[in-house]
Amino acid sequence: MEIKKVSKLYGSRQVVDGVDLEISEGKLTALIGPNGAGKSTLLSMMSRLIDKDIGEIYLDGNEVKSWKQNELAKKLAILKQSNHVNLKLTIRELVAFGRFPHSKGRVTQKDSEMIDEALSHFGLTDIQDQLIDSLSGGQLQRAYIAMIFAQDTDYILLDEPLNNLDMNYAVQMMKILKDLVVYHGKTVIIVLHDINFAASYADEIIAMKDGKLFLHDDTEEVIKKEVLDRLYDMNIKVCEMEGKRFCLYFN
Amino acid sequence: MMKILEKNMVKISLLIIAVVGFSVLFLTYNTYGNLEFALSFRGKKFIAFILVGVATTFATITFQTITNNHFLTPSILGFDSLYILIQTLLFFFFGIQVSSVLHHTIPLFLLNVFLMVVLSGFLYFFLLKKGNRELYLLLMVGMILGTLFSSISTFLQVILDPNEYDKLQGKLFASFSNIDISLIGIGFILSCLAIIYLWLSAPTLDVLHLGRDQATSLGVNVRNFQIKLLLVVSLLVALSTALAGPVTFLGFIVVNLTYQWMGTYKHRYLFVAGSLISVLLLVSGQFFVEQVFKWNTTMSVVIEFVGGVYFVGKILHERKRAH
Repeated sequence: MEIKKVSKLYGSRQVVDGVDLEISEGKLTALIGPNGAGKSTLLSMMSRLIDKDIGEIYLDGNEVKSWKQNELAKKLAILKQSNHVNLKLTIRELVAFGRFPHSKGRVTQKDSEMIDEALSHFGLTDIQDQLIDSLSGGQLQRAYIAMIFAQDTDYILLDEPLNNLDMNYAVQMMKILKDLVVYHGKTVIIVLHDINFAASYADEIIAMKDGKLFLHDDTEEVIKKEVLDRLYDMNIKVCEMEGKRFCLYFN
Repeated sequence: MMKILEKNMVKISLLIIAVVGFSVLFLTYNTYGNLEFALSFRGKKFIAFILVGVATTFATITFQTITNNHFLTPSILGFDSLYILIQTLLFFFFGIQVSSVLHHTIPLFLLNVFLMVVLSGFLYFFLLKKGNRELYLLLMVGMILGTLFSSISTFLQVILDPNEYDKLQGKLFASFSNIDISLIGIGFILSCLAIIYLWLSAPTLDVLHLGRDQATSLGVNVRNFQIKLLLVVSLLVALSTALAGPVTFLGFIVVNLTYQWMGTYKHRYLFVAGSLISVLLLVSGQFFVEQVFKWNTTMSVVIEFVGGVYFVGKILHERKRAH
């Protein structure tokens, strides 16, 4: 996926300002940066949820706009942060929606196999007939990711999927995503607030500040004191423990 | 999975039995020995009930899915007042002669439907094309236009010739007891087209439940789809308004009963069950109006009354649940 000179204006405010990027395939890429840096907006533009004002985004050599909606939906899936659905819907039915681009609502044999696989992959098989309004935040988030998994796309874009998850579920979620990248060859792009999750699980990091691309590099190159201090305008300690880097920012 | 399917089928079968039962009762009860006459007379009415009921149900369910709100009905877009305005304008400019020629004929009906669909299409296109999240703005504009239309109508009616005004009243109170039989054929064809479209779109409508972003992610072009749906909704509402006059609450009662009865989000089940419920309500309502109340009240009054009570009840219930 290639992003060329993409900009977005809200009124007179430049939310995303001439971003040039190339997303590496088969990697877990984290988008980090201070609030209002334009991470979510960029992610939404990559997934055609909002229109860009200037620039182009190419997916497999074709501009995102020129893709047929349904074909694109087999290639790229996005999950936004707020998902409150006021519906009598079971987990299985929610996950089945992921097959919509493939079968247009008529569930085939292959579809139900994919749904079964998604359910078991995310530990939802036993509770598949529960209604989603009875689930905890963590279970609901998992159900949604399972839907994205069932959609079976090469690219998976997630906007702060760790919101409202406690540490245990957050770590589980990151492991699942890592697993998707390593064993299923997916490209995962994820907006993260907590840089420690990015430091531990991401292959590459895209840092954004004030709508501009700040740095795009391997994780080890970004999780450095001199980079992070300038990115967040604060004093961040980076230490290493058991081969992993951690950022301490409580002063 | 199979269990849910069976449960839905049982629920729909129960509705079918009730509808058939009441229909037979409505068609054959108290015919004063002249069954044939009663059948041909009531039969036409019965067909109109089916048409209005099905059209209203499909339109309202679709509209509520688009707006993601179980309280709104398409009448919020100002359809009823637009219908009244068109009728008033015709009487105002062409007077009693022309309108009596056009009265009850297909061209006027088609013109009516056409104007309503074109006007609403215009509105949707400009409001929804511009921005992504302008649906509520559209609803507000619709409400304000509705008020504007009815103000203009009232103004014109005041300065209208009293005789023509009298004729106009008769026309405006197109009601269930006074259905325009001559329009059934053309109405049937048009609503069939709309209903087939909605039926085929039902799986995509299901996806809309997940919200705009998730539906986009699943490959639905939400903006275009919304405009298409709203146009079809306009067509259906225009049809049923022209046939039976404005019925504000019918759609509201029917679809909310349907959601409760079926307890599913799948539009195909909702469409079928909703249509059955609305036919059931209309036929049984008309039966009571004719046979029990002996024409002392009209169907519209009954619907408005029952619907109003149900509406208030539902709001209070939702409020309690929110606490």
